[in-house]
Amino acid sequence: MGKSIALIVNGKRKKVKAHAASRVLDVLRETLKLTGTKEGCGEGECGACSVILNGEVVNSCLILFGQLNDGDDITTIEGIGGKKKLHPLQEYFLECGASQCGICTPGMIMAAYALLKKNPRPTHDEIRQAVAGNLCRCTGYAKIIEAIERCATSNVKI
Amino acid sequence: MGVVGQNAVRLDGREKVTGRALYVDDIVMPGMWHGVAVRTTIPSGKVLSVVFDPRFNWKKVVVADRHDIPGRNVVTMIEEDMPLLVHDEIRHIGEAIVLIAAPTKKMAEDARRHVEIRYEEWQPVLTIEDSKAKKRVIHGSDNVISRYKIDKGDVSAGFKDSDAIVEGVYRTGAQEQAYIEPQGIIASPGKGGGVDLVGSMQCPFYILKALERLLGMSETKLSVKQATVGGAFGGKEDYPSVLAGYASVLALKAKRPVKMIYDRNEDMNVTTKRHPSVVRHRTGVKKNGMLVAMDIGIELDAGAYTTLTPVVLSRGFLHSAGPYRCPNVRIAGAAFATNAPPNGAFRGFGAPQTLFAVEAHMDKIAEEIGMSPLELRRINCLKVGDEMATGQILKESVGALECLEKAAAASGFERKWRASLPLCKGESEGIEVRSTLPDPPLQREGTVRGIGISLFMHGGGFTGSGEAKMKGKAGIRLERDGKLTVLTGCTEMGQGAHTVLPQIVAECLGVPLSCVRVETPDTSKVPDSGPTVASRVTMVIGKVLCVCAEEMKRRLSEAAGRDHGDFRSLAGSFLKKRGPLTIIEAYEPTPGIHWDDTTYHGDAYAAYSWGCDVAEVEVDKDTFEIKVERMYMAHDVGRAVNPQMVEGQIEGGTLQALGWALMEDNRYDGGKLLNNRFQTYIIPTTMDTPFLELITVEHPFSHGPLGAKGVGELPHDGAAPAVVNAIANATGIRISEIPATPERLFEECKKKHFRSS
Repeated sequence: MGKSIALIVNGKRKKVKAHAASRVLDVLRETLKLTGTKEGCGEGECGACSVILNGEVVNSCLILFGQLNDGDDITTIEGIGGKKKLHPLQEYFLECGASQCGICTPGMIMAAYALLKKNPRPTHDEIRQAVAGNLCRCTGYAKIIEAIERCATSNVKI
Repeated sequence: MGVVGQNAVRLDGREKVTGRALYVDDIVMPGMWHGVAVRTTIPSGKVLSVVFDPRFNWKKVVVADRHDIPGRNVVTMIEEDMPLLVHDEIRHIGEAIVLIAAPTKKMAEDARRHVEIRYEEWQPVLTIEDSKAKKRVIHGSDNVISRYKIDKGDVSAGFKDSDAIVEGVYRTGAQEQAYIEPQGIIASPGKGGGVDLVGSMQCPFYILKALERLLGMSETKLSVKQATVGGAFGGKEDYPSVLAGYASVLALKAKRPVKMIYDRNEDMNVTTKRHPSVVRHRTGVKKNGMLVAMDIGIELDAGAYTTLTPVVLSRGFLHSAGPYRCPNVRIAGAAFATNAPPNGAFRGFGAPQTLFAVEAHMDKIAEEIGMSPLELRRINCLKVGDEMATGQILKESVGALECLEKAAAASGFERKWRASLPLCKGESEGIEVRSTLPDPPLQREGTVRGIGISLFMHGGGFTGSGEAKMKGKAGIRLERDGKLTVLTGCTEMGQGAHTVLPQIVAECLGVPLSCVRVETPDTSKVPDSGPTVASRVTMVIGKVLCVCAEEMKRRLSEAAGRDHGDFRSLAGSFLKKRGPLTIIEAYEPTPGIHWDDTTYHGDAYAAYSWGCDVAEVEVDKDTFEIKVERMYMAHDVGRAVNPQMVEGQIEGGTLQALGWALMEDNRYDGGKLLNNRFQTYIIPTTMDTPFLELITVEHPFSHGPLGAKGVGELPHDGAAPAVVNAIANATGIRISEIPATPERLFEECKKKHFRSS
């Protein structure tokens, strides 16, 4: 029942083979070893597993591998910045103290990334709306919203 | 050097923002299997038989029961009344009976579905009232898990001397910690028949102690290491000892690493919650607002086993009279056993419950004597030199009044409060503090607005003689390359301990922060600093590290034969001559602190952090929805070692407390949790977050590291009463039970019409 799909994962073309009924979350974490994407609830409520699929932020725990098509483009936290060079959103999350325990951080950054790609100058309320599906239990969200707001007004390219 | 007081970027931050930090579920070991527990589905009774469905191929998996436990079948916490696996009597839904390990999680879950348990069912005890009435005795001789009492002055005489006596009963519900990373542990067979653990935990040494007993092994055969922890809030204080027990028993039997990760539903079903509470107040007060007598009764629902309940009750008990001066105080507290999963540690540890009661009650008193809530608090607020209910005389570091005045001034409390209560006559606005919040949005049509205040404190470190008994250890190692390593069992769980402790060390030694790192908390590598709980890490272990730093400087100077020169040159010459140097010190209690465990008299805490919260709410007159528009939080933390992280604690803790105040409500039916998922157990999102205005107040504590006190739990203490007091200001309805849901407000409203409509 394994299925092979030609995906673009973090900018690289990849032929990925997995069980059609596997969750995309598990394919990312187990097959592709991209463990930056986290599982918090497994039912689409917490947003810790947020990734970007063809430009839209999605809960990777709610999509089955078999639902993907050849040519689908997935971006995870590993695809936007890393050890050598942080993405500006990652820089602002660090600087503003927007990450505490860090478990929601990758999903939160991906939701913010999807927002800024579409809407580079969001209002305060648009930011709140955009990450309303991502639960954080540590920060009270204030510093997360500040980090996204500062990144948006810094004129850096997302 | 100026490292303390700076917003140093968290040292574990880069790993976290890039997704490279390894949480337990990210760790894979060769040959690793996955474990699950088969659990009871009834709250009370006994197991008649366990039936393994012959249609499942049991040869593919490993099954362990209580006979596979090498040592004693107990999970050691304060008492040893909780078995790891059900032996005879079932005390709550979700107790483990049998454990299964399989090559994949899917197969382990499949196996679990093929086990059937047959029971004899007994009538469960599900409420404090039933437990107290001894409907059935399920614990000891009277269902009481612990009990405390103190009596100061003459309460009866105090009531006689009062102009008014005000009574109230206050209730709070269970609250789920809702860390976003569920519980998880990996156990592996170690050297010499031992076990090595890695997982999500607050207190590696608690697990070590529990495993020694459970596995019948000396600690030399065991190691417990913390993985990156995705939030804990008390929920990973005691429970990981249970999960570590399951995984270890399976790993020993399967002879391979076994990973156990709970999914969200299982995590919510079986792990600890905040204790539900009932607190009764009877207060005598003079016409001028002076408190004369307080009689307080506290009852907690402990759940099925002792776990940490005696200390939770103790802390709640010791905070129950609030930050007020009163000559005659009687407090009685008891925790009762019920057939619910055990309740345990959650940020605040009993104090949020009793502070909710006293702070909601203060507003009721103010109303009855016709005084503003601010003025009543101002008159009775504790100051240096005052005596608390335990006889503790406050010697220093009491910022309560400054917090009160600053929060009131920043929020314009008196003016706004009077606007909702036009009959009350004027008080002064106090000192001037300008708020930096943007203008509030225009009031929506069909709503009423109100403002509420609360004043509170939180004792730093263990209660009473706890720290003196614990003697928490920590150390600093001067490495060969001249850098420094902090050695502590205290864990980083997001609160920032592994940034703040290096900041303290860097400051004390006069080196840049980049020269200091923290060793991973691993029981085989670091000293036992005591658990990462009780707002104690910065204040207590930070202080131990200051002492270590002084000792290191002394040793380096002694070796160099000079007491001048900077740390780097002294360290350089020491390393050349003698090599690396490790200094480990233990906590020495604050001089002049006395506590008597038997009479509960004396200095309950070496120092208190103080806070004042003001909430502004908007209530919809048709739907009864309650929206918190703004919160003002003035908190006295002694000294903010890392101001940004202090803000992070206050913002996060306040939002958790708002969740508890307004929406978080564990519902049970016959001992079964009904809302075991984020779809039904609602926690605040960005859309529920009000504007938060922080005012940091610093009244240094002379025995704290550079003046610092605890901040971790304080923010959970004040938001709930401020919100219900604001609802009362808006609607005239006093909510005495939280969460203050629209349904509850509607019920209260049916009894009383909106004043403003």
